Amino acid sequence: MMASSYNAKDEDGHITVSGPGGATLRSKKPENTAFKQQRLPAWQPILTAGTVLPAFFIIGLIFIPIGIGLYVTSNNIKEFEIDYTGVDMSSPCFNCSQNYSWNSTKPCTCTIPFHLDQPYESNVFMYYGLSNFYQNHRRYVKSRDDSQLNGAAGSLTEPSKECEPYAYHESKPIAPCGAIANSMFNDTLELFYNDPNGTKIQIPLNKTGIAWFTDKHVKFRNPGGNNPNLTAVFQGTTKPVNWRRPVYELDTDPENNGFINEDFIVWMRTAALPTFRKLYRIIHRKNSMVPTLPRGNYTLEVVYNYPVRSFEGSKRVILSTISWMGGKNPFLGIAYITVGSVCFFLGVVLLIIHHKYGNRNNNADISN
Amino acid sequence: MARQGEDAGISKVPKSKRQKKKKSKENKTRTVHANMLYDCAKGEENPNRLYANNKIKTTKYTVLSFLPKNLFEQFHRFANVYFVFIALLNFVPVVNAFQPELALAPVVFILSVTAIKDLWEDYRRHRSDKEINHMDCLVYSRVERRYVEKYWKEVRVGDFIRLRCNEILPADVLLLSSSDPDRLCHIETATLDGETNLKQRQVVRSFFDLDCDFDPLKYNSIIECEKPNNDLNRFRGYIIHRSGRRDALYKENLLLRGCTIRNTEEAVGIVIYAGHETKAMLNNNGPRYKRSKLERQMNVDVFWCVIILLVMCLFAAVGHGLWMFQYGDKRPVFDVLSPEGTDLSPVMSAIYLFLTMIIVFQVLIPISLFVSIEIVKICQVYFIHQDMDLYDEETDSHLQCRALNITEDLGQMQYIFSDKTGTLTENKMVFRRCTVAGVEYSHDANAKRIAMYQEMDSEEEECTSHGGTLPRRDSVTSHQSARVVLRSQSTKSHRRTGSRAEAKRASILSKHTAFSSPMEKDITPDPQLVDKVNECSSQMDFMRFHSQPMSQLPSDLSDIIDFLIALTICNTVVVSSPNQPRHKVRMRFELKSPVKTIEDFIKRFTPSRLTSGSNSSSSSSLITNRSSNKGCSSLLSSPSAESTLTKLHEEQPSGDVRHAFSPVPPCFAGKASWNLEEGELRYEAESPDEAALVYAARAYKCSLVGRLPDQVTVELPHLGKLNFELLHTLGFDSTRKRMSVVVRHPLTDQITVYTKGADSVIMDLIRPPDTGNSKGKRQKKIVCRTQNYLNLYAADGLRTLCIAKKILSKEEYACWLQRHLEAETAIQGREELLFESALRLETNLQLLGATGIEDRLQDGVPETIASLRKAGLQIWVLTGDKQETAVNIAYACKLLDPEEEILTLNADSQEACALLLEESLHYIQAKFLCNSTDQAAKAFHPNFVPFEIYSSSSPSSSSSSHTSPFLVHRLGLVIDGRTLAYALDKSLEDKFLAVARSCRSVLCCRSTPLQKSMVVKLVRNKLKVMTLAIGDGANDVSMIQVADVGVGISGQEGMQAVMASDFALPRFRYLQKLLLVHGHWCYSRLANMILYFFYKNAMFVTLIFWYQFYCGFSGSAMIDQWYLIFFNLMFSAFPQLITGTLDKDVSGETLQQLPQLYVNGQNSEEYKPYMFWMNMIDAFYQSLICFFIPYFTYADSEVDLFTWGTPITTLTLFTILLHLGIETKTWTWMNWLSITFSIVLFFTVALCYNASCPTCYSPSNPYWTMQRLLQDPLFYLLCIITPVAALLPRYLYRACQGTLFPSPVQMGSQLDKLPADTRRNILSLSGVKLGSPLNPFLSHRKPSPRACNKKDNQGPILQTEEDKGQQRPLGPIDSEKSLSGLYTPAPSEIDTLPYTKDAASLSMEPQPPLTKNLEGLDKTSEPSDLSLSSWITSTPLLTQADCVQLNLPPDTASQCVKYTRNSEERLKPEPTIYPAQRTEHVAEQSLHTVL
Repeated sequence: MMASSYNAKDEDGHITVSGPGGATLRSKKPENTAFKQQRLPAWQPILTAGTVLPAFFIIGLIFIPIGIGLYVTSNNIKEFEIDYTGVDMSSPCFNCSQNYSWNSTKPCTCTIPFHLDQPYESNVFMYYGLSNFYQNHRRYVKSRDDSQLNGAAGSLTEPSKECEPYAYHESKPIAPCGAIANSMFNDTLELFYNDPNGTKIQIPLNKTGIAWFTDKHVKFRNPGGNNPNLTAVFQGTTKPVNWRRPVYELDTDPENNGFINEDFIVWMRTAALPTFRKLYRIIHRKNSMVPTLPRGNYTLEVVYNYPVRSFEGSKRVILSTISWMGGKNPFLGIAYITVGSVCFFLGVVLLIIHHKYGNRNNNADISN
Repeated sequence: MARQGEDAGISKVPKSKRQKKKKSKENKTRTVHANMLYDCAKGEENPNRLYANNKIKTTKYTVLSFLPKNLFEQFHRFANVYFVFIALLNFVPVVNAFQPELALAPVVFILSVTAIKDLWEDYRRHRSDKEINHMDCLVYSRVERRYVEKYWKEVRVGDFIRLRCNEILPADVLLLSSSDPDRLCHIETATLDGETNLKQRQVVRSFFDLDCDFDPLKYNSIIECEKPNNDLNRFRGYIIHRSGRRDALYKENLLLRGCTIRNTEEAVGIVIYAGHETKAMLNNNGPRYKRSKLERQMNVDVFWCVIILLVMCLFAAVGHGLWMFQYGDKRPVFDVLSPEGTDLSPVMSAIYLFLTMIIVFQVLIPISLFVSIEIVKICQVYFIHQDMDLYDEETDSHLQCRALNITEDLGQMQYIFSDKTGTLTENKMVFRRCTVAGVEYSHDANAKRIAMYQEMDSEEEECTSHGGTLPRRDSVTSHQSARVVLRSQSTKSHRRTGSRAEAKRASILSKHTAFSSPMEKDITPDPQLVDKVNECSSQMDFMRFHSQPMSQLPSDLSDIIDFLIALTICNTVVVSSPNQPRHKVRMRFELKSPVKTIEDFIKRFTPSRLTSGSNSSSSSSLITNRSSNKGCSSLLSSPSAESTLTKLHEEQPSGDVRHAFSPVPPCFAGKASWNLEEGELRYEAESPDEAALVYAARAYKCSLVGRLPDQVTVELPHLGKLNFELLHTLGFDSTRKRMSVVVRHPLTDQITVYTKGADSVIMDLIRPPDTGNSKGKRQKKIVCRTQNYLNLYAADGLRTLCIAKKILSKEEYACWLQRHLEAETAIQGREELLFESALRLETNLQLLGATGIEDRLQDGVPETIASLRKAGLQIWVLTGDKQETAVNIAYACKLLDPEEEILTLNADSQEACALLLEESLHYIQAKFLCNSTDQAAKAFHPNFVPFEIYSSSSPSSSSSSHTSPFLVHRLGLVIDGRTLAYALDKSLEDKFLAVARSCRSVLCCRSTPLQKSMVVKLVRNKLKVMTLAIGDGANDVSMIQVADVGVGISGQEGMQAVMASDFALPRFRYLQKLLLVHGHWCYSRLANMILYFFYKNAMFVTLIFWYQFYCGFSGSAMIDQWYLIFFNLMFSAFPQLITGTLDKDVSGETLQQLPQLYVNGQNSEEYKPYMFWMNMIDAFYQSLICFFIPYFTYADSEVDLFTWGTPITTLTLFTILLHLGIETKTWTWMNWLSITFSIVLFFTVALCYNASCPTCYSPSNPYWTMQRLLQDPLFYLLCIITPVAALLPRYLYRACQGTLFPSPVQMGSQLDKLPADTRRNILSLSGVKLGSPLNPFLSHRKPSPRACNKKDNQGPILQTEEDKGQQRPLGPIDSEKSLSGLYTPAPSEIDTLPYTKDAASLSMEPQPPLTKNLEGLDKTSEPSDLSLSSWITSTPLLTQADCVQLNLPPDTASQCVKYTRNSEERLKPEPTIYPAQRTEHVAEQSLHTVL
């Protein structure tokens, strides 16, 4: 009876107290636990000049050496950059750059001589760089079909809607579809070493190993399984509008052809910023005795296909060695040094503050 | 809620609803037939079938309706609509930014979390409904011809229900029969209104005469009554019998659902309203939703966020337009055409982009903020619930949070409006002293006894229970043994009988017997009065024996006996025996109803009856107890046995009693035996003072032994039991402020009116004594003296009541009765007529005496008020009590300081009031003006002793010398109800406020509930401050509802206040912890969390904004959309919830010891408007760092979009978490855990996500990104430097602020770091650490009236007096002097307030030179303490100080009594207060040493 009367009370009164804690007949006394009484053991850091001092000094002392290390590493990287856009009248590629069209049938070639002051000892990475090219444009980034690139047969013939308006051309599905593929970089770059004795030696450029391993082996796959006859596989599709050759003619090596062509894969990884570089070739070091690229004169031969002048872009070729931290970029080292020194400086300032003002509290503590 | 349920119920039967509607148009009544007639198979014809059945359903949803209904409700919240809109926007291909399905996720998540919460609550309601619906009751079944058990839900309107004792009523039932011989049924309405006294309900009159069992089969009447309504105190209707006779029905006939039957064996009734139509259910309103101040502020900033969002979107849109424009017609390859291949103009794409950006930046409006706040608040409520300090063992109740969403308002209160009775005081009335016929009986022994209770209070905790009073709910069989317990106890441990622990336990055990703790019950009689009573009664006995007329009794003796009789019978106290079931003790001789008709009157008052009937019966002391079983089974067997017992004890010589009571502590012997005989009786009173008076009279052996509707039985010494024929009871009402009973005196056979009421009204009704004869002179003397004593009582803080009588001649009575009966039978305006009738009767009274009842302060009230005041809260007390009582209670609870000046506003008219306010205003301004000049002059006092900081280590020596400088003269305002009514007028309210706000405390006396709420409303609206109203009774409900936060005391006076409140406390003193600790925590936690939320979202979103500059404003995001969407919801959600729930900036102990820290919340220190912008700027800075460090690191590299975005996300997460770390003041393992969890969760999710599918998640397609990044040293280097660089400024700022200008809260937390005993020392001794920030605040709030007096031109005396004061050593002074001056009884004039003093008495206050001089120093220190100026300016007092006015010397107007009190309380030290004061004082000094 009693229980029911309690319930009746609860109900009729409708004291809707949510939150747990509706013990009915037991004493309603709350439990004396540290959690419920909000007495959990706790660390209470108090931010005063005195307490944060060590943190500043420690940060300073750690960051500055790291920064120096990074800076030195970055400086040891050799990098050489040639702009071959051909904006200048004097530029060898000026003529070629006047062609704004994607589909000019006549290849335009220009030759750019350059001189390396220092020998490049280790492996040299050859990049092409574009600037003012907004590969990160929202609609551009989306304009691809990953399952088509992964070799899904259905997507090959029926590209995803994301590829619109580069999904069909003359009512044939485009392979690879989408704007990214459509705008693939199609200049051909060749490097010659001008031997002091006058001969022009072509430097062998390695075109594999430039893409992510996972991209090459997992993300990108040719349709039709391991069918080596890519022509047959891509039957019924058409090449992207801006391309000169269909996708199965990108390379002669079947391991580097079709969707798994590494130049293609590299291009498909859209750059984060409008000025970017992409790995083009790798010049492997033959042996430890000879530098990969000895100092001397070189010639860069460009088959100039890719129009950038329409959007005020520029094209570059970069030759660079790399270190454990990637390409040449002194910024991070400078940043570490700066932050480290600022911290150190602030540490000193805080020390002064602490000595001048922090004592009045402590004195009071001590006096008691 | 109830209504909704009802709707749901109705919607099931749409047809009936329609019919009902039609019907309700036709007539506004409900007709109830007995279901009996329609029982079998004729259900269709039953007119009752249309009424709601008794099944209740308080749930909001059904299984089917849950989803639509819940969604509909959730979409009432604008934010939800907004987010759904954005999610839907994503489905438009042109503008979509994310995968549409993904974009729905957060909205769906948020909606479902809320839905689950609602579902759970609804399920709980469902369960409780089910339980209620399946309770049993007895319903008459026609088939079986008996009462059968049925579930509550099966009860229908028109059913006959049999109710047994202690059963709960399942529905609203019209009482048709009761086993009670008087046809009464007692119910307890605690569940409805919390009132624990028994209420009588009467059987419908036409069934009154039925003997024995009511037979439902014979019933064939029809009941017409009102439609269901929620007015508990109204029920009108009539019953039509077969014969065509109509009988009216009143609320006295209706038993309400939820009440409990008490004292009645059995009752039968017919169900009138069932289920949701019962009055109890109609009265249920769901919990209230208020919007807290913080939330209002937050909404403003949400609005700002929207503006920022729009600006950012607009900026991006314009940028995109320009970007497009620069290319002209030559469309670059990367600018993809729309899917249709059409070209978009720059303007169009800008417009589309605007929408896209809204989607991308949607995170800026924190979607999870609202849900997080709700979660945090629920946790906060949980913790408040769990606080042991807010649990009251005595009542086994803890704090209830009834409003879930205003916890943080508790930390921002500025004004407290408190009720007095029951809130500050216990509402346990203890009879203290009385005056009869102009002679005072001081009851010193009683006072000592009460003092003893208080002393014992401390030691009684370990005492084990001796059974207390009788266990109530025992079964009948254990009744005997229970009594044995009582006996043994009363003989054994008298000391403990009196202890308050016992009282506590007793009150737990007998929750339902209100107002009966031993302290209230056991009154030690005044020996003088005992003598007189004995003399008187023996004389009466003698006279009766010799059949002399009673009127020959000496008038002073007859007055005494009349006085006691009046105390005993002039009330509505019901007598019951404590046994189970609670039987009425009936000593019944004749079955008579109150005079109802003239014939009745004539019949009864024939001479023959006057001589024979009642006299003979009353003179017989051997009572034949008619248990009046009337054939019904009854357990009324004990009373007869008891009465003989009583009789035996009565024969003890009275001298015994007198002897027993003379010395104090061992005096309980006499009473013990007394307890035995009378202890069986319980008094159930509607108000505690009634009970107190009855108990007081009982102490003189004039005890109430029985009350019936028509008769009161009183037992008098020597005379035995007397039956007073109760002719009328004119109940108490707040307008008349008195109640009367009309009885026929059994000894004199006169018709006597006994009136009891407030002295102010009774004194006006006293018959003007005609000074011609000696009797008249005596009367006048009595009146004067009594008035004197009344004033004295009031000054002591006692509640005073006057007792008066009037003897009516039969003719007068007949004349009055004629009109009274007319009034009673009137149909229209009956209330007014009855009121007038009462007014006619209560005239020309003869004053008998007055009583003083003490309403004791609750524990810890003075300390609580002191500390709340130190917390910067203005405390106003609004009470219905008279001014003198209120003022004295205010002194007792330290609301008014004896050292402070008091402005008293009593005005008779609007004009007078205006004048008064004007003068007060001038006075105050004058004070403030000269105060400041004086300060400047005395800036450097030579007596200043800086080294005192360290000398003050011993508490005993320092306490005396250090308190006086702190006691600064502030103002108190006392205003009475009438003046308040004028002051609240539109024309005066501004002035009133101006005066009131410059007073430290305000006391409104004699205020009505409406005035209370008007005052609160006025202050709240005009001053724009946060108000808290606290009260316990029904009269505080309106005030509680008006205030920002309403607090109810779940005390003795019922549940209405609790029902209306947002928080319900068991005791007033818990307010301290609730506000100072929980309020502060809740506020600072939520404020910090909200700010953090804004920061977090802004920081995250602006990252994308910066990116727009590098992606042609195309709305692209480098952060994977999954991260973007789940970042707030998952990765960064938990730590902030933990911090928002658990963070403590200062420990609870320190917060309570340093109430000043509360100012933090009052001034919204944690969340000021500029802080939002500071946070935004910080967010912008941090996002700049978080964006550009990776930007430059990866500039001109081969990095791809999402391989670059992922480190940014990661380091942003780190930054955000570390930011929270900087803001977290208290790190428990939960904080560590949550942060670790967040990071681990992020990496786990990222790794799984990046490994799951090589072709999915277009466009980012982040396959193996994170895995690759984890191998990249650059990633780690980035993740280290960026958070450091981003948080550097904030960290530095916090560190510098902590050292250079720490806020008081930070000081408090520094104190926390110290070991406990050191901290205690610091807090109690010096408080040096808190010196600088706290003290300017404190000292600047003190005006110095001392200085003003000089300029007030109040005469040369002042000047000299003041000089004296200066020469006097510091310390508490001259209390003796004032005491003697205060209480010089001046019996000449009634209206004189004897304690009123003229303005010159101001000068008697001590002069604190140190204070002033400290103030001056504080002034000089002010500029250096810039952080504090904001503190100071926002306190209401200072604004007042700013307005400089020419100083008109205040004219001590006739209406305005300005007086100052030098406290008599100063004699007793208040050890609890001193340390705190000392703290501040020393702290103040420390400031100067520092500077």
